[in-house]
Amino acid sequence: MKPFRRRRRGTVTATFQLNEAQLLANLASQIIELLEDRNGPRESEPDPLAQLVGMTGPVSPPEDPVLARLLPDAYRDDPQDAAEFRRFTEQTLSAGKVANARVVIDTLREGGLDVGAANVEVELDAGQVMAWLRSLTDIRLALAVRLGIETEEDVERIAESGDDATLAMGDVFDWLGFVQETLVQVA
Amino acid sequence: MGHDGHNGDVTAPTPVETEKPESDAIVELEDPWSTVVWNDPVNLMSYVAFVFRTYFGYTEEKATRLMLAVHEDGKAVVSSGRREEQERHVQAMHEYGLWATLERSDV
Repeated sequence: MKPFRRRRRGTVTATFQLNEAQLLANLASQIIELLEDRNGPRESEPDPLAQLVGMTGPVSPPEDPVLARLLPDAYRDDPQDAAEFRRFTEQTLSAGKVANARVVIDTLREGGLDVGAANVEVELDAGQVMAWLRSLTDIRLALAVRLGIETEEDVERIAESGDDATLAMGDVFDWLGFVQETLVQVA
Repeated sequence: MGHDGHNGDVTAPTPVETEKPESDAIVELEDPWSTVVWNDPVNLMSYVAFVFRTYFGYTEEKATRLMLAVHEDGKAVVSSGRREEQERHVQAMHEYGLWATLERSDV
């Protein structure tokens, strides 16, 4: 991957190898799938009127720990306030995260992923930069939960793991951190 | 730089220029609530500072100070004011993937 840099015309660009672009698009798809498993695509909502007035949202935090991190409680010590807040906001939050992940996939496709180009060059405008930053965060949060990362020491522990799958996922986690860091630097 | 672009149909709250003075004038607010951001081992320090700059419109210095407070103290109050306003901020932090909660201000 060639790090993100800002172009003179104001956009931001980076080049990924095909396998990197595939990996990123795949991870973004998994985030979409996970979120839509809980909240569903909007058109499948059963009661449009209730949806219109924002009455249909879930009130309980997700049981899946990844979803619980992506859609956290807004009140720590007051389950009732947390439930009420969630009822009115979770679907919007979830839909936003889905939209951001779609931007990542779409811009990778436009950059050559759709034709299997050896080098996938993404070019992002200001809005797409924000979508990428947010979605990279969501993906890293999801991986961290799956890796059992809860403290800074856990991050170091991953690198010393004897398990190949853990090591591989840890490498992806680190790499995504690098991608995001280069994007923050030019954002 | 300081732009919070819209992305798709996300209803991201508009960045709010907070007029909160550095003094403890917060005691005069009727219903003081705070947005608390919690430390996590995942979010990059540069990204957290970027979010505070971009979303709240804080200076680089203030954003960095708050980011370090989150990192070193485990949490930091990043904004205080009316409840609805702070709820919008918490929702925005969740959109950015930061772990934030609402708390009554300790005043």
